[in-house]
Amino acid sequence: MKRNPFLITTVGLFAAVLLAAQSSVPEIAYDSTPNLLKLPEHLYLGEAAGVATNSKGNIFVYTRTGSTLASEGGSRTFTRGGARLFEFAPNGNYMREIGQGLYGFLFAHVVRIDPQDNIWVVDEGANMVIKFDPEGRVLMTLGRKPESVNVPAREGGGEGGGGGRGGAPGAGAPGDNFNRPTDVAWDAAGNIFVSDGYGNSRVAKFDKNGRFLKSWGSKGNGPGQFDLLHTIAVDAQGNVYVGDRNNKRIQVFDNNGTFKTQYTNVGAPYGICISSGAHQYLYTSNSNPSTSMENGEIYKMELDGKVLGKFGKAGKMLKEFGTVHEIDCRNPNEVFVGELTNWRVQKITLHP
Amino acid sequence: MKRPFSFLWCCLAGVCVSGAIALAQSADLTPAQLNARAKAQNVPEIPFDSAPNFLKMPPNLYLGEGIGVATNSKGHIFVYTRSQQTRLFEFDQKGTFVREIGDGLYGFLFAHAVRVDPQDNIWAVDEGSNMVIKFNPAGRVEMLLGRRPEAVEGLLATPAPNAPAPPAQPYLFNRPTDVAWDAAGNIFVSDGYGNSRVVKYDKNGRFITSAGTKGSAPGQLNLPHSIATDAKGNVYVGDRSNRRIQVFDNDLTFKAIYDNVGAPWALCITPGPHQYLYSSNSNPDNNNSEIAAVTGEIYKMELDGTIVGKFGQAGKQLGRFSTVHEIDCRNENELLVSEITAWRVQKLTLRPQAKNGGSK
Repeated sequence: MKRNPFLITTVGLFAAVLLAAQSSVPEIAYDSTPNLLKLPEHLYLGEAAGVATNSKGNIFVYTRTGSTLASEGGSRTFTRGGARLFEFAPNGNYMREIGQGLYGFLFAHVVRIDPQDNIWVVDEGANMVIKFDPEGRVLMTLGRKPESVNVPAREGGGEGGGGGRGGAPGAGAPGDNFNRPTDVAWDAAGNIFVSDGYGNSRVAKFDKNGRFLKSWGSKGNGPGQFDLLHTIAVDAQGNVYVGDRNNKRIQVFDNNGTFKTQYTNVGAPYGICISSGAHQYLYTSNSNPSTSMENGEIYKMELDGKVLGKFGKAGKMLKEFGTVHEIDCRNPNEVFVGELTNWRVQKITLHP
Repeated sequence: MKRPFSFLWCCLAGVCVSGAIALAQSADLTPAQLNARAKAQNVPEIPFDSAPNFLKMPPNLYLGEGIGVATNSKGHIFVYTRSQQTRLFEFDQKGTFVREIGDGLYGFLFAHAVRVDPQDNIWAVDEGSNMVIKFNPAGRVEMLLGRRPEAVEGLLATPAPNAPAPPAQPYLFNRPTDVAWDAAGNIFVSDGYGNSRVVKYDKNGRFITSAGTKGSAPGQLNLPHSIATDAKGNVYVGDRSNRRIQVFDNDLTFKAIYDNVGAPWALCITPGPHQYLYSSNSNPDNNNSEIAAVTGEIYKMELDGTIVGKFGQAGKQLGRFSTVHEIDCRNENELLVSEITAWRVQKLTLRPQAKNGGSK
């Protein structure tokens, strides 16, 4: 077969454009505060899956720590433990633990703070979204923790076993229950959006009272389909941004789930965040998987997808990132990141 | 032709009595004992003492299996133990309890080794969580290697016996066993029960290279259980199930094999201008008394493999060893050994002069 010079030139040109696009993203200068979080004696963070700040600047960390314990029951096996929620003052001083021994704390995924300073936790193991008021009392729960685990099967299910687990894997099944949910966001009216998740492949929308309204999405790579929707954010207009991690794209939907657009040039979105204020920015982390030291940079974008700059890379030192799992960007130039593999939260001060 | 010479040599060294006994007994050994005992015989004995009741535990605190022991530059002692939970304790040089480090830590599941680096950072190797955890001297987590599997994936099925391990990955371990560093701070991890390799990282935890596959050829490994580096950066690996120590250069190129000191459960290289290598041919942790009768001794060697002497034997009483799992040899003649089956750490004072007339 003869070579097609036109094709080769086109491919070469395309590659060159791609390279140029990547290398032309300006670097944003930044610092990281050393030893930010001051933990009391005998208290340790595990994987810092979730980090968020409230309106006072207090820092909430939802961490995978200790061990999930399986207890032998009469005829079933029950699990508990493995995740904890801590609150710190803006200067990093430890304040308190919230939800100690909580039924729904099994495997931390994220924590988010809503505009009223309520604290929302998404637990991937318990299949629950839990809303605490600012004092730390449980106000509302979404989903239900499976009653027990089947041993040795790795999937939930069985009578009275995986009863709280919603949806067959990847079916995009609608309904009130989750299958390894990942994140939560709200619009100005208080509607709740849950990315769900590892097991299911859909966004679920609830009203502010937790009544299921609708869901959209199924497993796949077409518009409106998902392959591990890992993170979610809503802008001031109520548009919904979904980090479609394994498809390496951010998908944007209107408030009712109609597909609007997608951004495919910023890697695999492990954590996304939309800043508050009149001019909103979108941050997304192309985190390194825990198996590699590739990628790791965080992008700052306009909501329309224009990339403004990037910062950071994978690593274990200060200012480097170990699988960033959640970003807090209440202040667009003072960003908090929770890292899985470094068991750490960093406060990043940007100098754009 | 060799035996008369070595017999004569050991008589001159003043240990012909024990040598003669060893020779007389070898005819009575079972095949399993002949296989398990070290090839080196007629090795001079180094006299030693063990300090009674060395570690003083506070009330209601107990050691479990004595898995890891190490000292820092101040002489403080760190013990990594398989208790109800895996725990890390610090004692002062007199054995008085100082504190616990890492209570309830996410990476503490099943202790394997603790080592203290030249900057007094404390490194724990956890075989259960598949992690290597670096604490700074204050006891705060400073760096992590490897990652504990996610609990949300459900209970892991026990691998079938002799099932091949999945391919090794640069940043994940499969039941790692030990850690060491060279002068530049590069990190060497023996990995381990699941994988059969040694991994080299730079001081910031970036993967550089790895060496080893499962097998018995030179450079292959079958349960790399212990690791140590010398001042030149050579890497010594206790290749336990192959019953040999393998030496690699700093880039993990194979250099040499020492196969005459039994199964190297625990290795330690002393600091200072003249470095020695200690290796424990520990008695099995299954309490097999047939094998324990011919194992349990610790060898003192030159780095080139020349055996200087040996001491100890299997047993449960003070001064005997119950499956030594880690050796600390910061002080050449003041060793700490942790024992699996005796739930104990012993402080040993070696008196090599006593037998050798003061010669070094």
